[in-house]
Amino acid sequence: MTDKQHKPIEKVSIVLSKGSLDGVYPGLIMANGARMEGIEATLFFTFFGLEAVMKKRVKKLKVATVGNPAMHMPTILGSIPGVSAFATSMMKKEMDKIDIPPVDEFIEMISDAGAKLYACKATVDMFHLTQDDFVPQVDAIINVGTFYEKSAGAQIIFT
Amino acid sequence: MATKEIAGVQVELDDEGFMTNPEQWNEDIARALAAEEGITELTDKHWEIINFVRKDAKEKGQVPTIRRMNKAGGIATKDLYELFPNGPAKKAAKISGYPKPQGCV
Repeated sequence: MTDKQHKPIEKVSIVLSKGSLDGVYPGLIMANGARMEGIEATLFFTFFGLEAVMKKRVKKLKVATVGNPAMHMPTILGSIPGVSAFATSMMKKEMDKIDIPPVDEFIEMISDAGAKLYACKATVDMFHLTQDDFVPQVDAIINVGTFYEKSAGAQIIFT
Repeated sequence: MATKEIAGVQVELDDEGFMTNPEQWNEDIARALAAEEGITELTDKHWEIINFVRKDAKEKGQVPTIRRMNKAGGIATKDLYELFPNGPAKKAAKISGYPKPQGCV
């Protein structure tokens, strides 16, 4: 229910720093949800989070089956070839059932919804990438200072 | 739950002003609800979306998500955000006479 005591959130900046499928989705769902509520949204892809906006990687993100106690799977099982692929296809199926799109389509949807998408300059330099490596929805490559400038008045969410 | 007269009809509304009985809806009510949301004129493009929402919600038992409006209804996401600013899925549902969408996307 609506909280009438506080001022509504008007703007969010979401940092996506993880490159696994399960690491990327929460940030995307929050960004899309913000736009659906009329909240301004800025997305900043940094470190392995950049994979979510890289042309060559966006369709290949995988669920992390190792080092994740919530998978309820011993590490040794999670490391067997094919297990991560299986978990990934299961998650994609369940996502589709509740109308959550694949990551590439979700990125397009969020951009069409009016959110701004940025790639982190430090990571771009570290991995020797250029604007060409990214999907067209990435508005620019910016440094962290510019990210903060663009986040003026926003709540910052780190994922 | 409250009853309110909109465009000359007694309609049932929930606490947030969404209609709870889509059968009570008519086009004049849609215009009045749109005006409440700051949309002063419903254009052909608005009607295309409203008609899709009503048809799909009746068939599926729930209002379509933005993705479904795009995939099944051919409605561009950009257009949706432009025509129903600041909360397109919610506003389209409200103006179409349906309760607030409950999904996360």
